[in-house]
Amino acid sequence: MTLSTFIQQLINGFSLGSLYALIAIGYTMVYGIIRLINFAHGDVMMMSTYFAFFGYIIFRIPWYISFPIAMILTAVLGILIDRGAYKPVRNAPRISALITAIGVSFFLENFGIVVFGGRPKGFRIPKLFGHIFEVKGVTVPALSLWIPFFTAIFLVLTFYIVYRTRRGMAMRAISRDMDTTRIMGVDVDGIISFTFALGSFLAAAGGIMWAMKYPQINPLMGIIPGLKAFVAAVFGGIGNVVGAAIGGILLGIIEIMFVAFFPQLAGYRDAVAFFLLIGVLIFKPTGIMGEVLPE
Amino acid sequence: MLKIENLHVFYGGIHALKGISMEVPEGKIVTLIGANGAGKSTTLRTIVGLVKPREGKIIYRGEDITGKPSHYIVRKGIALVPEGRKVFVNLTVYENLLMGGYNRPEDDEFRKDLEYVFSLFPRLAERKNQLAGTLSGGEQQMLALGRALMSRPKLMMLDEPSLGLAPKLVEDVFKSIQEIHQNGTTILLIEQNAMAALQIADYGYVLETGRIVLEGTGEELLHNEDVKKAYLGG
Ligand SMILES: Nc1ncnc2c1ncn2[C@@H]1O[C@H](COP(=O)(O)OP(=O)(O)OP(=O)(O)O)[C@@H](O)[C@H]1O
Ligand SMILES: [Mg+2]
Repeated sequence: MTLSTFIQQLINGFSLGSLYALIAIGYTMVYGIIRLINFAHGDVMMMSTYFAFFGYIIFRIPWYISFPIAMILTAVLGILIDRGAYKPVRNAPRISALITAIGVSFFLENFGIVVFGGRPKGFRIPKLFGHIFEVKGVTVPALSLWIPFFTAIFLVLTFYIVYRTRRGMAMRAISRDMDTTRIMGVDVDGIISFTFALGSFLAAAGGIMWAMKYPQINPLMGIIPGLKAFVAAVFGGIGNVVGAAIGGILLGIIEIMFVAFFPQLAGYRDAVAFFLLIGVLIFKPTGIMGEVLPE
Repeated sequence: MLKIENLHVFYGGIHALKGISMEVPEGKIVTLIGANGAGKSTTLRTIVGLVKPREGKIIYRGEDITGKPSHYIVRKGIALVPEGRKVFVNLTVYENLLMGGYNRPEDDEFRKDLEYVFSLFPRLAERKNQLAGTLSGGEQQMLALGRALMSRPKLMMLDEPSLGLAPKLVEDVFKSIQEIHQNGTTILLIEQNAMAALQIADYGYVLETGRIVLEGTGEELLHNEDVKKAYLGG
């Protein structure tokens, strides 16, 4: 492999990994505060692409208006899912919540098939992101640079919220002790809804960029990115926001490099993430950033 | 200030409180003593809304707060120092104090209260940016007290604040409780250490398997034969 193709693949991997990172944060935050693996998260991401599709392609609203609107709608969807599906089973055994999450996932997928149709829809890329660069023999689609750029902005915003604001502090407090957080005067249900909103908003950012990258959408498109983002969250140390970001980016790079170095095994591309998951669970179940805190 | 009427609490099939009535007048120290499992913690957890009663009423400053959500009750000026400290081990000492004052703006008043907490417990000031999980048990107890103070409560409820502390520290904790009280906070105190509690209390209740079996001024209870036998070691 020449250096230029290596660099090219590295950029591709970084850009794919950025998308995993954005989706993984939603998994990890929700797990962190209510110990729920939100299996519907990938489908929430899928919904965001349809919101963007309707705004941008059908109603022809400029991307810089329609995409943010789609992200906000997705955040609202996240809150509705929390209030409608998860809150009623909050005090039930954990398995009930898990089954509910799988139910929500099936619901969204089938809702998509019935309402939007099962056939994939083409997603047009806004001009700004459609260029292809060529620098010294390295060809890079502009989108592969825009994706890490936007991801960086959203990550900084997220870290700021989680580690520097009161709400973020309450989120971290809930993750250790919900009842004690309540007696600090925190409206815990409000914080949980906020967490769903933030996670869904980030998944929408990832989803819309995913739709531009591939560029088509369908009602089942959330499943594989959702599973991989889950792997990334575990890889980074589930519950840890910074870990999810790092895990996502690394997973993207590993996946692309695997295909680049072993093109004859390209068919196993999706299996890489799951081998990684098994490896992490066997050798370092707490993940990269998973720390064991004093009780 | 706080009035409880005929409170019944169940945990599934367990009848933990069987019709408790008690009162905490403004400006006083009231204590609740009783053996393990009598229902002392349950009483406090019910007052702050963590446990919902099946029957009975909780009136706080003339308002019926029975069944209201915890954050509503706490914002009315009630703070609980929970059993076993329960500091947030993954937050710094400073963040723990911020959590205590969660619903207050970080204004001059807030900083004044922070100064007050640090003057009461200078240890906490030294360890401000350390994770609370790295504090010793005694330091965590101080932090739990400081955290409760940061909400500037009108009524402060303490669930066994001396649990697991060395005698010297127990003394310190009791001193700080009295100091907090002298600065105008009403206190509802639960203690295993009945002697120490009754000595500083204006009034006390004795709880036995979910029922109040005796009440009186601290002085009266200290000299009561039954109390002496059961809780003061003869
Ligand atoms: N979450 C719970 N689920 C079921 N039963 C409970 C629960 N919490 C308390 N109980 C029961 O309710 C009764 C009262 O418990 P509580 O914690 O109020 O006692 P306590 O007086 O605070 O005891 P201690 O001095 O040991 O702290 C006990 O019999 C206890 O086993
Ligand atoms: Mg107790």
